[in-house]
Amino acid sequence: MIITQSRDWARIIADLESVEAKRVFLVGCGECATSAHTGGIPEVADMKQRLEDLGYEVTGSTVPQVTCHRAGTRLELRKHAEEIAPADAVVVLACGAGTQTVAEAVAVPSFPGLESLFLGSIIHNGEFEERCQMCGDCVLDQTAGICPVTNCPKGLLNGPCGGMWEGKCDVLHDRDCVHVTIQRRLAEQGRPARGTIRPPKDFSVKLKPGSVNQRKGRGTGGKR
Amino acid sequence: MGAFREALERGEFVVTGELAPPPGTDLTSLRHSVETLGPYCTALNVTDNQGASLHLSSLAASRVVLDMGYEPIFQQTCRDRNRLALQSDLLAAWTLGLENFLAVTGDDPRSGDHPKAKGVFDLDSTQLLQVAAGMNEGHDMLGRDLAGSPGFFLGAAMFPEAEPWDAQLARVEGKIAAGARFFQTQAIFDIDKLQRAVDALHPLGAKVIAGVLVLRSPRAIDFINQRLAGLMIPDAIAERIKRADDPRAEAIKLATEQVREISQVADGVHIMSLGLDSAVGGILQGAGVRP
Repeated sequence: MIITQSRDWARIIADLESVEAKRVFLVGCGECATSAHTGGIPEVADMKQRLEDLGYEVTGSTVPQVTCHRAGTRLELRKHAEEIAPADAVVVLACGAGTQTVAEAVAVPSFPGLESLFLGSIIHNGEFEERCQMCGDCVLDQTAGICPVTNCPKGLLNGPCGGMWEGKCDVLHDRDCVHVTIQRRLAEQGRPARGTIRPPKDFSVKLKPGSVNQRKGRGTGGKR
Repeated sequence: MGAFREALERGEFVVTGELAPPPGTDLTSLRHSVETLGPYCTALNVTDNQGASLHLSSLAASRVVLDMGYEPIFQQTCRDRNRLALQSDLLAAWTLGLENFLAVTGDDPRSGDHPKAKGVFDLDSTQLLQVAAGMNEGHDMLGRDLAGSPGFFLGAAMFPEAEPWDAQLARVEGKIAAGARFFQTQAIFDIDKLQRAVDALHPLGAKVIAGVLVLRSPRAIDFINQRLAGLMIPDAIAERIKRADDPRAEAIKLATEQVREISQVADGVHIMSLGLDSAVGGILQGAGVRP
């Protein structure tokens, strides 16, 4: 899931002021931002109230099922065309992909209402941890299903680094060193990794911008 | 072949010192340190943006050491350069006459003076050693022939006191397989753990140069324990210095004892003077490793 958090309120207001917006339409997201409690129905309602308290007119709002789905979001926004027409700007409570999908579908300026943080897991309700860099060159097969690219602050493939102390991370002292955890887990699974050197990553599969077209055969990241 | 490599391969007890290049272009203090430490050391490590903070490059400062008639150990961290730049600087190092190379991971940028910097870590230090070893064999990391190749003496870092030891040892074995022939350690306070490391590494053909810190003041001890990654000074040692009437003299006495102990166990000692360069000669003489 894409984990988001609320964008600094002063930046949202500054964005609206930059285009002298008085009337605003709001868009949330029924998928990740709803689960993250940052862009679901309650958060959109909360933002409407905050803007109205400052004297803005909120012309309407919607929470598309999946805001990053281009066709679905276009259809949803078309249903709200009469509320969007008088708006000077749109604020989107979704990840960067959702915000861009909305920006493409409406004529007026669209502004991000959230910051996109990472691809992560829900640990408990409201508690999230990063799990994946979407690097396109997965090493989880070699690392007992624990990603060192994400969980090691230095992203080392061969660790631990010289700062590991009593099994703890050099950078984040309260966290276990992920390389120690990986070695333990591999050993428990009967897959000792001593002496193996993991080769350098292939960053060419992560060249921007990525695109995949499954109808034209398998795509890979940004490779052309 | 450099004197450092020759001495280690001959089985002579070596001494290495540590130099921090200046945070600018003034070479006065660097030259002063070289003059002070050089006569006592087999080689001098030249750090690479140490503490993730801006300094003159190890490449340029290593050449200063060489020009002054002493042997440098050129260091590279994996933090600040991608694989192209790392390889390019390795080629540069050899053309500048630098024969000893120490590959380290590097502190995270968050702990330094440019905390907003992007940590590169395109390669890790094990992979960097493999690349350097490949260059010694005449090819780049893609296996393409180099137009002229280096012959580096390759080293790496290790922390014999860090537990769990098996995780440390696995990494060290990887570094040896990648090409490391000597290891320089972080500060040693437990001689039994150093012995454990030496016993593990000698059968694999690697030399161990053990680190000693000159704990010059109570303030330095607190700084190390709080700020420097991977250096943990035991309470008993910290108290000994802090409670002494003359902490500086006590630190020199402690370092002398440590060097003497290390000389019975390891292949060399790496002195980190923390700015107290003037004490290093006396420490080495007091420990009986220098006349």
